[in-house]
Amino acid sequence: MSVLKPNRLPRWFSLVVFTFVMFLFPFFSPNPYITTVMAFAGINILLCTGLNLLLGYAGQISFGHAAFWGLGAYVYGILTAKFAWAPVLSLFAAIFFTCLSALAIGIPTLRLRGHYLAVGTLGVGIILQIFFIQLDSLTGGPSGLIKIASFSVGGLVFDTPLKSHYLIWSWVFLGLLGALNLADSRMGRAMRAIKESEVAAETMGVKTFKYKLIIFTLTAGYASVAGVLYAQYLNFAAPETFGLMNSVLLLAMVVVGGIGSFWGPVVGALILTFLPEYLRAYEGLEVLLYGVILAGVMMFIPKGFAPIVKSLPIYLRRIGKR
Amino acid sequence: MEHGELLNIIKLTKRFGGLAAVNSLSFAVKEKTIKAIIGPNGAGKTTLFNLISGIDFPTSGEIVFKNSKMERLKPHRRAALGISRTFQIPQIFANMTALENVLIGRHMHGRAGLFDGLLSTPRSHREYRHMREYCMNLLETIGLAEKANEEARNMSYGEIKMLEIARALGLDPTFLLLDECSAGLTSQETDKIGTLILDLRDKGVTVLLVEHDMRLVMNLSDEIVVLDFGEKIAEGVPKEIQQNPKVIEVYLGTGD
Repeated sequence: MSVLKPNRLPRWFSLVVFTFVMFLFPFFSPNPYITTVMAFAGINILLCTGLNLLLGYAGQISFGHAAFWGLGAYVYGILTAKFAWAPVLSLFAAIFFTCLSALAIGIPTLRLRGHYLAVGTLGVGIILQIFFIQLDSLTGGPSGLIKIASFSVGGLVFDTPLKSHYLIWSWVFLGLLGALNLADSRMGRAMRAIKESEVAAETMGVKTFKYKLIIFTLTAGYASVAGVLYAQYLNFAAPETFGLMNSVLLLAMVVVGGIGSFWGPVVGALILTFLPEYLRAYEGLEVLLYGVILAGVMMFIPKGFAPIVKSLPIYLRRIGKR
Repeated sequence: MEHGELLNIIKLTKRFGGLAAVNSLSFAVKEKTIKAIIGPNGAGKTTLFNLISGIDFPTSGEIVFKNSKMERLKPHRRAALGISRTFQIPQIFANMTALENVLIGRHMHGRAGLFDGLLSTPRSHREYRHMREYCMNLLETIGLAEKANEEARNMSYGEIKMLEIARALGLDPTFLLLDECSAGLTSQETDKIGTLILDLRDKGVTVLLVEHDMRLVMNLSDEIVVLDFGEKIAEGVPKEIQQNPKVIEVYLGTGD
């Protein structure tokens, strides 16, 4: 078994260790503010892991990922704030509605390829954002939706940052575990084959369009959970969060981390969530520095950081032997 | 014993703009035989393969497989009918291992879906073990068993060509299309492929070849179709083709 699935066991092990470290994080975090940033990093990891399934495994681009994130946040927000639905029910409704929307959007959009798909999804993202702004009786319009309920299940209410930290990182664990399992499954292999050669995959009997649609929907599902986590954490959602800017930023996270690698989105999301926080010290220059760093990464490490992190143990061993 | 016709091509035409790459072509492939398509470069051989496997649709004409028309079916539907192919320019999944490549060939025979994948269900593991065993046997047959975990991009051209055949066989096809499978191979590798193709026919697979290696074509084929500028100029058993004046003219040119 382990001979033929060489990467699985160590990855599974490292995932457990990673989750464990993140669960302990609040106790050795330097200050509560960093813990908050870490919560947002978790949400970004979930978003990027989903996006990586589409982009890295199946090779399809989306410039509208943040809109599905927003859809999850708004459905949960509207149901809890305006209709007083139970949070658990609202969570499921958010996932269901977002996936259904993705399915409906994917049927026409995923017939497009390459640049055309990029522009198509970009348009979809903008349209959804317009809905968030214009349906103001439901969404609160440009000023945002307030009074979104914190998540709760049974008697347990996730109303403190610490409780939310565990809620978010539990979902991150599940999301990563799903992606890990999927990569080596029949479905995951077919997705990877589509990225490598759609013609060959189709000729071998892979229903390429159906699979692209499934994975697009799954990616939206990941985003919807991230949206719920975001909305319940802030008890607030505003339309500008879910626009093109963040769709591009999420793509950047995946690319910086390493497209198609399991740890890529994690590394990328962590780096690009924390980087702006550290750049705040250079007031006025932060955007410039941010841009320079992004461009630098693309020029000098186009495969992203994940392969470097992956080969660290090998380097360390080599140094140790000297 | 007379073999039934597995594939029937009737007045098939494919135009690219003003150019007819395949022009009103008709021929049949009998069950459990090896048929070769030969002809100079640009004769329309690869276009014909693309029409049969569904990568391209014909401008007019019919492709009848097992007595039903299929010229408008998508490639994956034709795969489900038992049609499999290799490509002239290998379309291998470069960043996947040899085993994974063959597993994609076997894909159709599996059932595990999205949730089996996400949840890593026992059912999907059982299925995987069966598929892996089948695919490892294929790799064994083709002589790549020890490279099962090697990513295809690290393999030699010859190995990639062989891997494509193994992948095509993963489908367990009744009808196999081989597009210049010996191009760029050593003579030993070519011989190996020749033996394999004969083996396959004996096991009941019908084979359609596009091939430039005349020695291979003449040794293997039960029948040969000769194309020139998208039209059939000759059809028959190897001996007839070798002596056909039209074929000799196309291949060797006329004196003037």
